[in-house]
Amino acid sequence: MPLDTGFIGRVYPATQPYVVSRAKIAEFADAAGDDSPAYRDVEAAAALGYPDVIAPPTFATIVTLEAAYAVVHDPALGLDWTRVVHGDQRFVYDRPLRAGDEITVVVTVESIRSMAGNDMIVLRGDVATVQGEHAVTSYTLLVARSAEDSA
Amino acid sequence: MSPRPVFADLEVGQELPAQTFVVTRETLIRYAGASGDFNVIHWSQRHALEVGLPDVIAHGNLTMALGARYLTQWAGDPGALSEYGVRFTKPVVVPDTDAGTTVEITGKILELDGDSRVRIDLTVTSEGQKVLTQARAWVHLS
Repeated sequence: MPLDTGFIGRVYPATQPYVVSRAKIAEFADAAGDDSPAYRDVEAAAALGYPDVIAPPTFATIVTLEAAYAVVHDPALGLDWTRVVHGDQRFVYDRPLRAGDEITVVVTVESIRSMAGNDMIVLRGDVATVQGEHAVTSYTLLVARSAEDSA
Repeated sequence: MSPRPVFADLEVGQELPAQTFVVTRETLIRYAGASGDFNVIHWSQRHALEVGLPDVIAHGNLTMALGARYLTQWAGDPGALSEYGVRFTKPVVVPDTDAGTTVEITGKILELDGDSRVRIDLTVTSEGQKVLTQARAWVHLS
């Protein structure tokens, strides 16, 4: 059954604040094998003009994916989560996230389309500090494959 | 680290040096913990086979993170991206071996704008297959 396009434009409440820590930044950079000192050393970050260690570009997925999952699990939306795959991901940056940022995500349903029985939903996640400074916008395309295809 | 690129020296069509990234099961476990994405297809062969995958696969966002690492290392500034997007086309299959698998990344300059920004398209492959497509970034060189 196609998704209800009435959900387009729906805005979900901001997520609980998440505090970006130096330890989590280092752990995330380690996981991607990225040894840049700007992720670990305040002075190296300062040399590049940042007030504290900054987070790798895809760090925001920690908060945006969880926020997106909360939306796709909304029973009113009627998405069959077991058939969902992550199709596209894009980030648009105002500034890098950095240690000390206390951030929330506001998810907006950007678009809903059906193609060849597949439901495609784009969720925009606006990541901003609790002080209201916007840092990054995430665009996540989720594809729910048609039940026939997945057999 | 190689010297930071100078915007005025760059040309459309210029290729960036290729890089190879090793991905093992340990990489996936670390990334699962760091990202909070504990989907079983990224660590359990049994579950991966059950849903029709050839083996455990890497998190798409991990492959995307390797692309970000490639771009920011070239730029010499991990905060240099102003936009970065990818399409997850094929999975990166990670066997349970010491060697794991590899992801190969190359980049090409597609566009230079008046604001010291460089548009770079990435080619991202594993085992000869394109795993990401439409992998595009705008990098701001200060």
